[in-house]
Amino acid sequence: MKDIVEIRWHGRGGQGAKTASLLLADAAFNTGKYVQGFPEYGPERMGAPITAYNRISSERSTVHSNIYFPDYVVVVDETLLSAVDVTAGLKKEGAIVINSGKSPEELRPLLKGYEGRVCTIDAGKISEEELGKNFPNTPMLAAIVKVSGVVEPDAFVKDMEASFKHKFASKPQVIEGNMRALKRSMEEVQVG
Amino acid sequence: MSHLAKDMTPSVTWKDITPGCNIFEGGTSVTVETGDWRTMKPVIDWDKCKQCLLCAPVCPDMSIPVGADGKRGDFDYFFCKGCGICANACPFGAITMVKDEK
Amino acid sequence: MGIRERLSGNEAVAYAMKQINPDVMGAFPITPSTEIPQYFSTYVDNGEVDTEFIAVESEHSAMSTCIGAEAAGCRAISATSSCGLCYMTEMLYVAASDRLPITLAVSCRALSGPININNDHSDAMGVRDCGWLMLFAETNQEAYDNYLQAMRIGEAVSLPIMICQDGFITSHAIENIELVETEKVKEFVGEYKPQHFLLNKDEPMAVGAYATPVYYMEAKRQQAQAMMDAKEVIKKVGAEFAAMTGREYGLIEKYMMDDAEEAIIIIGSSAGTAKEAIQNLRAQGKKVGLIKIRSFRPFPAEDIAEALKNVKAFAAMDKDDSFNAHCGPIFAETAAALYAAGISAPKGINYIYGLGGRDVRVESIEHVFAELEKVAATGETGETYRYLDVRE
Repeated sequence: MKDIVEIRWHGRGGQGAKTASLLLADAAFNTGKYVQGFPEYGPERMGAPITAYNRISSERSTVHSNIYFPDYVVVVDETLLSAVDVTAGLKKEGAIVINSGKSPEELRPLLKGYEGRVCTIDAGKISEEELGKNFPNTPMLAAIVKVSGVVEPDAFVKDMEASFKHKFASKPQVIEGNMRALKRSMEEVQVG
Repeated sequence: MSHLAKDMTPSVTWKDITPGCNIFEGGTSVTVETGDWRTMKPVIDWDKCKQCLLCAPVCPDMSIPVGADGKRGDFDYFFCKGCGICANACPFGAITMVKDEK
Repeated sequence: MGIRERLSGNEAVAYAMKQINPDVMGAFPITPSTEIPQYFSTYVDNGEVDTEFIAVESEHSAMSTCIGAEAAGCRAISATSSCGLCYMTEMLYVAASDRLPITLAVSCRALSGPININNDHSDAMGVRDCGWLMLFAETNQEAYDNYLQAMRIGEAVSLPIMICQDGFITSHAIENIELVETEKVKEFVGEYKPQHFLLNKDEPMAVGAYATPVYYMEAKRQQAQAMMDAKEVIKKVGAEFAAMTGREYGLIEKYMMDDAEEAIIIIGSSAGTAKEAIQNLRAQGKKVGLIKIRSFRPFPAEDIAEALKNVKAFAAMDKDDSFNAHCGPIFAETAAALYAAGISAPKGINYIYGLGGRDVRVESIEHVFAELEKVAATGETGETYRYLDVRE
């Protein structure tokens, strides 16, 4: 059996769920994996629910369809819980990671009887405190890495640091803020 | 395989026709006998011709040759389509259009 | 051995263009191929290529620009999708009949209406008789590799070539890819040295002649020969590419066909999804396989007939419809290939699938094989013209 991890992202247009899925693909790629990162495209605009996907494996996956039975689901915007069936097909051995200040116990009743792990992380708060703006991407990315172990966490932290240093070479304070957000998220994610 | 326009005749085969019917030389209109489009042909009466040369520049097919001596010669019937503009332009009635008997 | 990267299909094609450094790009943006000229114009702006980038006001002009540039003696490229390709159609014929080996990247997308931006093959299949060579890719890797081989193939037979991939499904999906070192690319692709070109001061030339009925058919017969000759050229260039990269390319790819009793013929990204379905079915002991068409133009009729001759049942998968109340183009051409080869035993059915981005799942393909199993068992095809995954 191939070791393949499939992840589905739910967000709203403009929040960066697609970017986060591509960043996760990058991180996994950098640790030697085969990756797929792709959004489901449509006429969506700012604020409309969007979906993005990752396949991460040690052998190339040839499948080019969307993901219907994900191992993990990431919800970048808590308000989607009532609008979208986020746990559809989600494997109970997997987990759902939700951007929320609430506890897993508070959110589980909204998840249509999902039996697997429910994880929450207040990515908005972390982002506000560390970056001064609501960019939930980086903390969400860190949380799914921590929960799924799809990328080895230490390697992930090192890789992200190198990536930020490259991207924000002229703004060292942004690098530090992002790294703090990343590490906090990995520590603060609640697994219920 | 020739790519010359002169060899692109109605008997050229698909193997020998130029790719895209492109033409790989300049001035190939000299090979096209437009004279066979003619039903009427101009005839000059040299007794009436004053060599004023009003006819030569109006010919659309450059079928009225003008020599180095500044005098026009006879029509070039290989290209002359028999349009009659020269006959119309001649102020002396020196050019007459007659039925072309080929 | 190659450069390990991860790129989207559009990025991969733009990168191949950059490595080749062609002379002229004429392009007009349209989803989902917009990123190709977008990335490429960045390379131009950064001075990473010497290409003259000509921003035009329409796809008709984009192709006209390429025609003028290629006739002048340049390597000319463009990229488009969907109605952009339709709008180029008039000039696509001119490019082919003028025998100009232009390279066009196509990120395939449905046509209106209803208006839709997602993938199917209606655009490419709609221009399949324009006289262009057409290669299709399953993955971003194949889109990149096909692009690197495109100019060698097109220039050898003096025909323009389309490098097609599936819009969004590969064009916008990040996947692992192995890039070829730029020096090797340049050596493989080589310089463009046309025999005749407009900017040759030693040979005046006229392009775009009028051909009377006395000449027109000879010109077309010669064009048809170039398309026939392209089959060997595609194989030869593919073999040279394999020697450089280890990645093999021919006219078709056969997957698990050696002992296959049921097979599908498919094109593009869904071939990968079908391979997963075939692995699942093989694990259950079912003798199933697939033929992936890489070169749709020229159409590999002999190779397909040979590959299908021993199967009991096959399904031709068309990601577009001919609306002829009968079948899609892949079924029509496959059936013609079998008939021409005198092969009548395999029972064939046709599926129209994946229109306008309808997701093609592993289960979709497993359903097709389940139907083929029935056809093989009974020898009865039933309705041959079928729609897959449509709500009844």
